Amino acid sequence: MEFGDILLAVAIMLGKSLLMLVALLIFIAYALYADRKVWAAVQLRRGPNVVGPWGLLQSFADLLKFVLKEPIIPAPANKGMFLLAPLLMCTLSLAAWAVIPLNAGWAIADINVGILYIFAISSLGVYGVIMGGWASNSKYPFLGALRSAAQMVSYEVSIGFVIVTVLMCAGTLNLSAIVESQNTRLGILGWYWLPLFPMFVVFFISAMAETNRPPFDLPEAESELVAGYMVEYSSTPYLLFMLGEYVAIMTMCALGTILFLGGWLSPIPFAPFTWVPGVIWFVLKASFLFILIAMVKALVPRYRYDQLMRLGWKVFLPLSLAMVVIVAAVLMVTGNAPGVR
Amino acid sequence: MTVTAAFFYLFATITIASGFMVIASRNPVQSVLFLILAFVNAAGLFLLMGAEFLAMILVIVYVGAVAVLFLFVVMMLDVDFAALRQGFLQYLPIGGLIGLILLLELILVVGTYTIDPGLVRSPAVPIPSADVMTNTEALGQVLYTRYFYFFQAAGLILLVAMIGAIVLTLRERVGVRRQDISKQNARTQETAVEMRKVPFRQGI
Repeated sequence: MEFGDILLAVAIMLGKSLLMLVALLIFIAYALYADRKVWAAVQLRRGPNVVGPWGLLQSFADLLKFVLKEPIIPAPANKGMFLLAPLLMCTLSLAAWAVIPLNAGWAIADINVGILYIFAISSLGVYGVIMGGWASNSKYPFLGALRSAAQMVSYEVSIGFVIVTVLMCAGTLNLSAIVESQNTRLGILGWYWLPLFPMFVVFFISAMAETNRPPFDLPEAESELVAGYMVEYSSTPYLLFMLGEYVAIMTMCALGTILFLGGWLSPIPFAPFTWVPGVIWFVLKASFLFILIAMVKALVPRYRYDQLMRLGWKVFLPLSLAMVVIVAAVLMVTGNAPGVR
Repeated sequence: MTVTAAFFYLFATITIASGFMVIASRNPVQSVLFLILAFVNAAGLFLLMGAEFLAMILVIVYVGAVAVLFLFVVMMLDVDFAALRQGFLQYLPIGGLIGLILLLELILVVGTYTIDPGLVRSPAVPIPSADVMTNTEALGQVLYTRYFYFFQAAGLILLVAMIGAIVLTLRERVGVRRQDISKQNARTQETAVEMRKVPFRQGI
């Protein structure tokens, strides 16, 4: 390859990544706004309504506030690691979006092992939390970090099995191919949420536990740990932690859309609906999942720690393991297993 | 390919440097973090060789699970750095000797390593080219057919290790009030509530 070609390829890749990043961050800003509005509506409040029309600019005002405040680093903290932790968390959760296909062929990197890549990257997110908790050199952050490590490792197991069941139906690890495998004439009834409904529920709940969302936000349970691993963080480092968390939640919504809700496919597979660009369907489905998650935050009280562990290891793990066996058996008996010769 | 070579040297350098830092850094938590860096870069090396499945599994299993538990344990240790340094000179001769033996063995193995020419000509399982089959599928095809019993044996060993660890650490504590969800759900009004007629000015 010529040097010029390489340079061009790098420039195109950078441009794509930048476009994805900007679009994602703007979407996150409004997801945050929606989250607060839903929460407020459930509690019969108005929510953010002062900055801009209907409070639409609230997230940007918050951003400015975070950036302009003074970052405070506690004296006994391990300074390098203290600042590295939020950066790591934010970068890793953004990195997952490199493989997510928003439309047919729209992924920045359409790699063969896309689903494994996302799984690997999301399992690394725990390091941001652990490092932040340890580097703060303080009691509450450390307790939060320990809780978070145990929780994220536990729920990763059931998410892994959920992914395995979908992979067995799709017969591929490529995210675009998984979406294409749901492209039947049945439309919304042909997507995997219907045949794999128990797995969809397990995935939805595990996704909340994996991203430390309420009702599983024990790492930052404000009634017992003040703010968990984020106690000592302020200003921009705190912003990065929070941004990383919301990006991880959006990643899980996108992953749920791809695995169970047919990605960019139209729910009704004929004329006027198939003219709508796929990316709009994708965003609508991901937003739908996000609104569900926001509703859960508003409606469900926080779990106790032993209940959380029981749910992960004694309910979800046996259930998802059994479903792997059942789905494999059904696919083999009916002769629908893809890739079996 | 110059780009591939550049990335190879980048990953390889960082892997070796962080491998050195694992044993050189004073703080055990930093050691584990350097170990993680070494794992991630090794995954990068796998990617360069086209072994994308192995690369991802390395990150998921070692970085995502094993190293988290390492870090978990190491963070909770109360480490006395002075005590760590103390035994250094005492153990230097025997440690150095073991290191020297390992180095010699490695040199002997690598120096005399050749691939059996018969194996190159007719491998037991033909290696499909990358555009026919993804390497995830190719691995699955040999792992679940030709090497099935080895695969099962490896799983069995892990199972035995897991049961052993649980047996060693399991202790039944008496007097702990645990939540038993099936018991809670089995409660009815008859078993949970008792109606008493309380006599006036006497109590129960």
